[in-house]
Amino acid sequence: MAILVQSDTKVLVQGITGSFGGRHARLSLEYGSQIVAGVTPGKGGQQFENKVPIFDTVSQAVAETGATASAIFVPPPFAADAILEGVDAGLGLVVCITEGIPVNDMVKVKRAMAGSKTRLIGPNCPGIVTPGTGKDSTGGCRIGISPGYIHKQGNIGVVSRSGTLTYEAVWQLTCRGVGQSTCVGIGGDPVNGTSHLDVIQMFNDDPDTHGIIMIGEIGGSAEEEAAAWIKQHCRKPVAGFIAGATAPPGRRMGHAGAIVSGGKGTAAAKIEALRDAGVGIADTPSVMADTLLNMM
Amino acid sequence: MNIHEYQAKQLLAQNGVAVPPGEVCEQPVAARAVADTLFAEGHGMVVVKSQIHAGGRGKGTFKSGFQGGVKLCKSPQAVEDTARAMLGQVLVTKQTGPDGRQVTKILVTAAQDIRKEFYLAVLLDRATSRPVVMASTEGGMDIEEVAARTPEKILRESVDPAVGLMPYQARKLAALLGLKGALIQDAAKLILAVYRAFWNHDASLVEINPLCIIADADGRESVAAVDAKMSIDDNALYRQKAVQEMRDLNEEAPLEIEASRHELNYIKLDGNIACLVNGAGLAMATMDIIQHFGGSPANFLDVGGGASKEQVTAAFRIILSDPNVQGILVNIFGGIMQCDVIAHGIVAAVKETGLSLPLVVRLEGNNVELGKGILRDSGLPIISGDSMADAAEKVVQAVAS
Repeated sequence: MAILVQSDTKVLVQGITGSFGGRHARLSLEYGSQIVAGVTPGKGGQQFENKVPIFDTVSQAVAETGATASAIFVPPPFAADAILEGVDAGLGLVVCITEGIPVNDMVKVKRAMAGSKTRLIGPNCPGIVTPGTGKDSTGGCRIGISPGYIHKQGNIGVVSRSGTLTYEAVWQLTCRGVGQSTCVGIGGDPVNGTSHLDVIQMFNDDPDTHGIIMIGEIGGSAEEEAAAWIKQHCRKPVAGFIAGATAPPGRRMGHAGAIVSGGKGTAAAKIEALRDAGVGIADTPSVMADTLLNMM
Repeated sequence: MNIHEYQAKQLLAQNGVAVPPGEVCEQPVAARAVADTLFAEGHGMVVVKSQIHAGGRGKGTFKSGFQGGVKLCKSPQAVEDTARAMLGQVLVTKQTGPDGRQVTKILVTAAQDIRKEFYLAVLLDRATSRPVVMASTEGGMDIEEVAARTPEKILRESVDPAVGLMPYQARKLAALLGLKGALIQDAAKLILAVYRAFWNHDASLVEINPLCIIADADGRESVAAVDAKMSIDDNALYRQKAVQEMRDLNEEAPLEIEASRHELNYIKLDGNIACLVNGAGLAMATMDIIQHFGGSPANFLDVGGGASKEQVTAAFRIILSDPNVQGILVNIFGGIMQCDVIAHGIVAAVKETGLSLPLVVRLEGNNVELGKGILRDSGLPIISGDSMADAAEKVVQAVAS
């Protein structure tokens, strides 16, 4: 039933007392997410908006509240540490929103968490939404910064490296009366916890996901890796859009991972790989939803 | 962030990498003084190398007509004359584009008796999320060509972040490069030091091309980094203060420097349709859709999630400073950001900058109707787009007419 998070998933927020973390913890609560704890070292014992207990450590928060997932809104110099603290506390899911973490920190994090049971989403991502059945899809689970109201509960899985492009796809679907099972932002960094392929495999196994939209961009080979697997194994229709066809080589286009290096990671190569795998290609972001719906 | 060859060599030397002796100079007289010292130390020849953030310097040509951005000199006078010919002049290479780059610094360094050239680099392997050390016997060549034509000639050693590059890995590479005897340990020591520099300075790339076997006056061979290129992870600059000081504003486009001052993510391109967008992916997609409908994007610009009135105004000013711009497309999906807030910002920016070019605005998301109303009621000639495709078509048409 959807993937990664459900409406009853208990979520803690690392960095809840910062303005960024606080704002989005509030919005997630309004959406109906189960925000059960906040973590800010030194502020244990306080309350967030008289609703959510704050703890000094993630382990304490988990022990007291049974939280199984975390949203990290901690500044870049401290974010890698926050991720590993979540892993150490035995969380099943850590979603790191933070943009600007040094690449070497993430290289170390990935190495350190190898073999753990924790799934990391991000960093530099908008988070995850499993829409609910209430008005404007409230009652679901929103981890991160996505606008809740654009979603609708349904059966399309969305996975993307870009935040605002995700909102475009989701809103197109919702406007056509087509809902989403889960929307996952994997983020724009070159080293991240979860790839397109990881999420597509989960969607493939999820009985409530009937079709998939994947949104990629220049840099790296995650889309090609997903395409190779989709061709052999995916039982559900996939539509895709790749951003950055006009990006000049060698320049970092906003996202740290959005860079064509040494001729590798071009939009053209990704589009070709996806087409070859039977993925429906949206020529413009305006037709992402229609491209998938025409395949279903 | 890119740094110059002479700066890369400084960082490498600090980490124990053997680099030829030399110094950076900004005046012909200083170049001569360095040359005097190098010749006096017994070096037979001195190389004068233009310092720009682009390759292909050796085969480049100055706009003044002077040939070559890297010149071998046999006397201090020749060094001084070459320095005079290069400094302050614009060097055009295959990588600079036709506008070239002005040379304000040169590296005056001892020429080496080069016996063999190799290629060495350290970079992130995105497939494994680990650093990888790449080496090849095909030194002094374009590595992308080598990768395309003879990929088997590229050696790779993946680094386990838990232990870093191990000495046995460096020796393995040295042996596979065909080195023998004392050169194996010499090369291994250099490779380890290059990796150390990569890791300690949060580099995204360290490239030594060529890495050379050189011989001294007695014919004794050793391994040295004759050229060096380093890029530093922008996300790590906050903890790389020494590298921050190496930033060369002459190598950055003035509009991009201005944009970074306002914390705007801006990259200048060559087209005539400017765009202003929230979100990097959406910003790239906006450039793409302009081209899809036959237009040419003038820039990438991500105003991010905040987009205060000041930033929107600064963004408009920067966009309008580009003389190529003949039309503007604003594409905003207001998630947490409200469309009415952005609409107020656009109206204020247009009034302040006195815009007279076609402006198409596409708003979607939170408070969209409020936002559209603000634009309509402003009395400004703002064209509204219903979808991204509609907005892109409209701006392309408006500019073409």
